[in-house]
Amino acid sequence: MVEKKLSNKTKFWLTIAFIIFIGFLLWLADRYFDDYKLRVLRLIAIYGVMAVSLNLINGITGVFSLGHAGFILVGAYTASLLTLSPEQKAMSYLFGIQPWIEKLHADFFTATIAGGIAAAIFAFLIGWPVLRLSGDYLAIASLGFAEVVRIWANNALSITNGPLGLKAIPEYSNTWWTYGWLLATVVFIASLVNSSYGRALKAIRENRIAAEAMGINVFKHQLMSFVIGAFFAGVSGSLYAHWLTTIDPRLTTMGPMLTFYVLIMIVLGGLGSITGAIIGAAIFAILFEWLRDLEQPFSFFGIQVPGIPGMRILTVSAIFIIVMIFWQRGIMGREELTWDNLIKWSRKLASLSRKRGEG
Amino acid sequence: MSEAGEKLVLEIKDLHVYYGAIHAIKGISIKVPQGKIITLIGANGAGKTTTLSTISGLVKARSGKIFFNGVDITNKPAHAINRMGIAMVPEGRRIFPGLTVYENLMMGAYNRKDKEGIKEDLEWIFSLFPRLKERLSQMGGTLSGGEQQMLAISRALMSRPRLLMMDEPSLGLAPILVEEVFEVIQKINKEGTTILLVEQNAYGALRISDYGYVLETGNIVLEGPSSELLENEMVKKAYLGMS
Repeated sequence: MVEKKLSNKTKFWLTIAFIIFIGFLLWLADRYFDDYKLRVLRLIAIYGVMAVSLNLINGITGVFSLGHAGFILVGAYTASLLTLSPEQKAMSYLFGIQPWIEKLHADFFTATIAGGIAAAIFAFLIGWPVLRLSGDYLAIASLGFAEVVRIWANNALSITNGPLGLKAIPEYSNTWWTYGWLLATVVFIASLVNSSYGRALKAIRENRIAAEAMGINVFKHQLMSFVIGAFFAGVSGSLYAHWLTTIDPRLTTMGPMLTFYVLIMIVLGGLGSITGAIIGAAIFAILFEWLRDLEQPFSFFGIQVPGIPGMRILTVSAIFIIVMIFWQRGIMGREELTWDNLIKWSRKLASLSRKRGEG
Repeated sequence: MSEAGEKLVLEIKDLHVYYGAIHAIKGISIKVPQGKIITLIGANGAGKTTTLSTISGLVKARSGKIFFNGVDITNKPAHAINRMGIAMVPEGRRIFPGLTVYENLMMGAYNRKDKEGIKEDLEWIFSLFPRLKERLSQMGGTLSGGEQQMLAISRALMSRPRLLMMDEPSLGLAPILVEEVFEVIQKINKEGTTILLVEQNAYGALRISDYGYVLETGNIVLEGPSSELLENEMVKKAYLGMS
């Protein structure tokens, strides 16, 4: 069979057409979905940004970081403090507020960028010590730093309002902002991965020592990947905060649990695959909502089951384990959904069905 | 060997390397003149790989000096040393299994900006190893052992090194491939690259090299022109399996 490859120009226009098509579907959804479904739809995009950014650090560079929730939290607080009106801040800070924080104000876009930059700066600072470690130690240290910011946020009353959290954050995260940022994240990270810089990141993941011997400054590359990943995590934090409308430094909102949720998404989708990260995020968001019924009392073949809190995550874990048994490398493995791959897979399918027809 | 006027690419002076408390290299001195193939032979654990790792900056030296074209490169970071023009074919090949053959090759040229030169070198490598050209879009990990070794050598060559160091390129290869690898090493050398070759296959290494050093538990016990070492009674007995 002659391998037919699409020209880059065709692929470019196909991609544009695909994006417009998705945009149209989103427009339809935005118009006809009820509020609840729309919120889940937006959550998919927010989780998508989280997953794609963590995938850059964990899946592509091979730095097993568990500090993602820390970056998300930094982004969420920075952005929310900027979008909240001074009056609103004065109202919710019961223990007083730093006057300069009270005065801060910016529009949603600027606030989101600021959230990303704040997270990136935080990543840059903790990257120096954390990236000197490797493997499990790196994972523990990054998890620790994420906890440090969370506990700091819990105690810095005049800045973060402590355990009371921030309330009445405007719900700016509509379909267009969330999916727009998802698109921006994917475009940026995908072009990064396909550049020679991205090849170097993958080489570090494959074999650190050989990469070093190739003249790659391993530490510098890992730090860059860490900082870029954190920037988009900060962005997702801002989107998340403006989707939740209330944030606080509790364990369950932006604590280690969130890191592990995002980790589940990328491992489920396939560590190292951007497409996989988005698929993982979508599955996780939908499943997690759909399984909400499990925590309510329900009857199962006539047996009355009382609502048990925590059943959702238990079920998700079980599903996750089953997926890992059958698809050890996740749904996508390291493959991406590209036009070339689509053609390859459809050919494979066609030849498979032909064989079946003959046999 | 070290006649006056001969240009040294690499010079090691009284190098000592420790792994924790273990004294792995006990004061060795090696000279690599331009355009030659120099070989280090010795048994397992003699310190051959450690020597190469120290030159390329992956392992730190306790004392002693390493000069590359007269510049002191002792304990410089590995990526800086690579940029100066030293490439290594690591032991056990260490290719990037999840990257395609093409991506592996491009990693070798990571610090180069001259697109034309890179293209030329790719063509040159395809002339050395035509098989790699057929496998360009295949994952490195799916290649056979021999092909992976060729890829590892090619990847190192892609940086257009002034000194190419090879750690056991014949390890684990079928005899016919060993021959092929040694032939290619000679060919690369003839086209102007200086080579420092580490081998357990003493006979093959001495046959194609100009000068050899025999390493034993961190010391150089013998050195001389390779043709003389091949005739040396001690070398014959210990490394060539002849008595």
